[in-house]
Amino acid sequence: MKVRALQRHAPSLLLFAALLAIWQLVPPLLNVREYLVPGPTAVVRAALSSSIPWHTHLWVTTIEILGGFALAGAAGVALGVAIAWSPTIARALVPFLVFVNTLPKVAVAPLFLLWLGYGIVPNVLIAALIGFFPVVINTAVGLTQVDDELLDLGRAFGAPAWKVFAKIRLPNALPYVLSALKITATAAVVGAIVGEFVASQAGLGTVIVNAQTNLNTPVAFAALLWISIIGLALYGAVGLAARWWAPWADTT
Amino acid sequence: MIVLDGVGMTYRADSGTVEALRDIAFTVDRGELVTLVGPSGCGKSTLLRIIAGLRPASAGRTVVDGRPVTRPIAAVGMVFQAPVLLKWRRIVDNVLLPAELAGLNPDDYRARAGELLRLVGLGDFGDKLPRELSGGMQQRAALCRALLLDPPLLLMDEPFGALDAMTRDELNLELLRVWGEGSQRRKTVLFVTHSIAEAVFLADRVVVMTPRPGRVASVVPVRLPRPRTTATRASADFGALTLQIHDVLSRPA
Ligand SMILES: Nc1ncnc2c1ncn2[C@@H]1O[C@H](COP(=O)(O)OP(=O)(O)OP(=O)(O)O)[C@@H](O)[C@H]1O
Ligand SMILES: [Mg+2]
Repeated sequence: MKVRALQRHAPSLLLFAALLAIWQLVPPLLNVREYLVPGPTAVVRAALSSSIPWHTHLWVTTIEILGGFALAGAAGVALGVAIAWSPTIARALVPFLVFVNTLPKVAVAPLFLLWLGYGIVPNVLIAALIGFFPVVINTAVGLTQVDDELLDLGRAFGAPAWKVFAKIRLPNALPYVLSALKITATAAVVGAIVGEFVASQAGLGTVIVNAQTNLNTPVAFAALLWISIIGLALYGAVGLAARWWAPWADTT
Repeated sequence: MIVLDGVGMTYRADSGTVEALRDIAFTVDRGELVTLVGPSGCGKSTLLRIIAGLRPASAGRTVVDGRPVTRPIAAVGMVFQAPVLLKWRRIVDNVLLPAELAGLNPDDYRARAGELLRLVGLGDFGDKLPRELSGGMQQRAALCRALLLDPPLLLMDEPFGALDAMTRDELNLELLRVWGEGSQRRKTVLFVTHSIAEAVFLADRVVVMTPRPGRVASVVPVRLPRPRTTATRASADFGALTLQIHDVLSRPA
């Protein structure tokens, strides 16, 4: 089991190690300055340095990402259920949602800040806005793409519509929703950072903007490292949840 | 009791229309076990769905227990041609589904579900997910589900189609027991099969259908003594009936 896992991951681990080695060794050979491309050791040193209040920034960005993710998930599922429940609601909502989704959300970010001021809230909203659409679509699809035979089964056993919904449609939709949430997890990270880029007093995105002004590239890279750790953790958690809640579906 | 009178069914789709059934008329009396044989595509599954009230017929009258069928009928145990198990539920929870859908407490039926699963040889598989079972095992689980609430009417669409001959013969005997062979309180059963031997072995009467559009070619009474046993299959009468039905099926329409 352990050996197999090692074998499976060996190619990607080797590639990762090779890239790290190249990153560490090649820039000095070519005389590239550290403020342009800092090596991995410099980045790790910056990521652990106490000259930056990392825990505050980590905290703010994590809250924004999780908040945006949760909001996108809740709103997405609610809208998806509404769309699947009533064709009239679907006809009213879908064109509007498609329109909202085609807006470049990055461009909306300054408006959110204008309306809501600095702070965590606008960034949560931007994160949610970027990530909610796949959840809506997958929820609606999962609730409606049910085998006719399964629905016949419900009717043959005399089940009322709400029970068919609870016992057949909802579980059928679960893997769809969980796979959309994986996309939302990645999107929420982008949203939170974009919000921080536009204007913020704290958060890893702010750290990057400040580091750029001060040409403190190792810190910018360190912030990137922290962001990717949060992103990977959230993505992994959703993946685990999918395997736990929907073991019958082979989503990967 | 089921009464079919001039029942017809024409499927309409963009690609054209398909006449699946034409002028079907026969009855299944209360407590009677009627089997339905006919070539593939002659409309057997369609007919079961019409009787169950899952699809409206395009013509004719369908009456179950004195009431014209206009919506899904109550108190029916339905076995579909495919197992149609909920893939996210363990086998035992699939078997308990009818209780849940009917608003009953599934815990009251756990013992019965376990007993039914043992009866069909799935005693050790209650905790598995459907995908961990073979097609024939899934079919048996679907049979347990149909029997859970002990319905007075059973509509069964090739429930043993995916089984080996030995298991099929065993389950035929079990089915006769469940039906109530020899007792006063028998269920009403309409049983679709491709196997002429199975049709004769189980039935009080065999309804033989023509190729599409399905019509009733012949209704053959089976007066073999009950209870039927393994010896029944070896009797001369059994062989004669099998041949007779075979002839009807191979007669040009
Ligand atoms: N939902 C549907 N839409 C259109 N045509 C259908 C539909 N269901 C069945 N048919 C057609 O009706 C005819 C009868 O189908 P049905 O499934 O009732 O046959 P069957 O006798 O059960 O066949 P088999 O023995 O292969 O199960 C077929 O020709 C099929 O193409
Ligand atoms: Mg069929």
